Amino acid sequence: MKKTILMAVMAAFALALSACATNENSSSNDTGSPGSTSGTSSLTGTINAGGSSAQTAAQEAWRAGFQAANPNVTVNYDPTGSGTGRTNFTSGGYVLAGTDAAFSADQASGPFAACASGSALVEVPAYISPIAVVFTLSGITSLNMDADTIAKIFSDQITNWNDPAIAALNPSASLPDLAITPVHRSDDSGTTQNFTDYLAQAAPTSWTWPSSQTWPTTLTGEAAEKTQGVRETVMATTGAFGYIDASQASGMGSVSVKVGDAYVAYSSQAAAAAVGQSPIESGRAPTDVVVDLDRTSTSTGVYPVVLVSYLAACQTYANASDGTLVKAYLAYVTSSDGQQAAADHAGSAPISSDPDLAAKAIAAVNAIS
Amino acid sequence: MDTAVMAPLPRRERVADVSAKTIVVAASAVVGLALGGVAVFLGIQGAPAWLADSTQLPLNASSIWSLALPLAFGSMWAACLGLLIAVPLAVGVALFITWYAPKRVAGLLAAVIDLLAAVPSVVYGLWGLMVVAPIMARAYSWLGAHLGWIPLFAGRPSASGRTIFTAAVILAIMVMPIIAAICREVFGRVPSTSTEAAVGLGATKWETIRLAVFPFARSGIVSGAMLGLGRALGETMATAMIISPTPFLISVSLTTSSNPNTIAAFIAQNFPEAHGVQVSALVGLGLVLFAITFVVNALARRIASGNGGSK
Repeated sequence: MKKTILMAVMAAFALALSACATNENSSSNDTGSPGSTSGTSSLTGTINAGGSSAQTAAQEAWRAGFQAANPNVTVNYDPTGSGTGRTNFTSGGYVLAGTDAAFSADQASGPFAACASGSALVEVPAYISPIAVVFTLSGITSLNMDADTIAKIFSDQITNWNDPAIAALNPSASLPDLAITPVHRSDDSGTTQNFTDYLAQAAPTSWTWPSSQTWPTTLTGEAAEKTQGVRETVMATTGAFGYIDASQASGMGSVSVKVGDAYVAYSSQAAAAAVGQSPIESGRAPTDVVVDLDRTSTSTGVYPVVLVSYLAACQTYANASDGTLVKAYLAYVTSSDGQQAAADHAGSAPISSDPDLAAKAIAAVNAIS
Repeated sequence: MDTAVMAPLPRRERVADVSAKTIVVAASAVVGLALGGVAVFLGIQGAPAWLADSTQLPLNASSIWSLALPLAFGSMWAACLGLLIAVPLAVGVALFITWYAPKRVAGLLAAVIDLLAAVPSVVYGLWGLMVVAPIMARAYSWLGAHLGWIPLFAGRPSASGRTIFTAAVILAIMVMPIIAAICREVFGRVPSTSTEAAVGLGATKWETIRLAVFPFARSGIVSGAMLGLGRALGETMATAMIISPTPFLISVSLTTSSNPNTIAAFIAQNFPEAHGVQVSALVGLGLVLFAITFVVNALARRIASGNGGSK
């Protein structure tokens, strides 16, 4: 009896090992030869990073691509959430943090425990992803809505699918007489922060709450945990209406958002366009590349419900070997190879599609030592 | 009688005796240490939260009490509802096994119920979320339409079925095996003299159960129920997955999308993104749950030892 269990455990272990091995092979094939971006395959060491859970899938792609070129470097990314990521970066627990909200301008001056004294903060936009506004109605896969309508649904001012406000925007859809069940995240999340920021900017009269990681507590509606919880709840509930990271929105009905006079469906190109036409936040160090997202744009082809997630690092590390490793890793992440790997694996929008922003990010990374 | 007269124990047996004693004492000490360790941890790590203000606490709560009270209510409410369903079910099943079922069926059923206890709570959560909740949603919409004047069913019925009552149903299924096992045990230990006396007086089977079994087993049923309550209070995964929570809400409504959350689920949901005093607040909430469970267990002991009479 004991022997069989032992053998089963060993078999499972061997399987797991071989699964890892195949993973690494296939991802190194996918991403070409990322070593060419840095040419530093002699690197050794460990990068301890963590933070934004939105970046989890992208970080998996980056880790696979980077480690294929630099087999002696271990990259640990712990998706503890943006807040914890920033705290741990400040306290020195991480040498690199992923965060859905950039450090505020006064926090950006430090001090950060892993940085040399007087070092500036490096922040680069690494992960851009559209947030899909999704619903479940039988027979309907796409609806048009403006920001005001979306805000009113989420704030209980529009409660039925046959409301004239929705019908007016969708003359050809046969909308049922059915209560709308708005679904939001029950946990703190960067998706919620960016989505409420969109509502606050684009529908200020109907949405009177500030942008926040936490959904306004005074609103009713259904709460579900994490992206998967929202997806599960929306899909299982006819009449549900929610917001979700677009990489997880396949197979769901989605809203085309009114921008200018057109309705734009979510796509990584449209998300990149939204970031591309937004200015860089002024008053920060040149290495602190933070996008001041303009969600009220009326330009064509822009999808303004977008999440931008950053990687925060030091310009000068107290420990020079940390600097070398982080610089090499970020050079890969911001390169077109790295961005493409994330786009393939996580459905994000490559920042490299915006040459100006990409150039600023790469310049910031090059300043790391 | 007298040790002087008896031959001294052989050396090997003496060693075995001493080491056995050492081991059992150590085991008991570990229990005490673990419990004390948890209590000290909850007290010390949670301390900063008791004086914290709204800028530091999760959800910008004005104080930890405004956070803890609704959550404590939610934990108690969900657990009590679950118990309300589970106890009659468990007593019924246990009676069937010990008194009604043919021996072979009884053995099989007992094994099946024990299996229910072995299902991981995350599986119950998934099942509740994906299967039970949509079915309950239909019941809620009927209740809302026809019995909406009862406060329990007032308000817009949840279209997803992810309410505190659905969570209570799942909790009931999760704690039922524990209660049933203990009931089975005590029902099987009713002195045959009592039951035979009842039968001799011409009692039917149900009368025998009512007159001889229940009075004897009452303390056992109560302590089983309290054990179940303890498990239901602490259950995290299933409630976290099923309940659609609304912060700071105290409500007895069973069928709407706005539900009080439970302490355990709240801690699990908020810990991954918590930092600083927020972590202390979560630990402080753990202390509140610890205290509630402690009181529940103390009550259970008192009832089990005092009220039984026949023990």
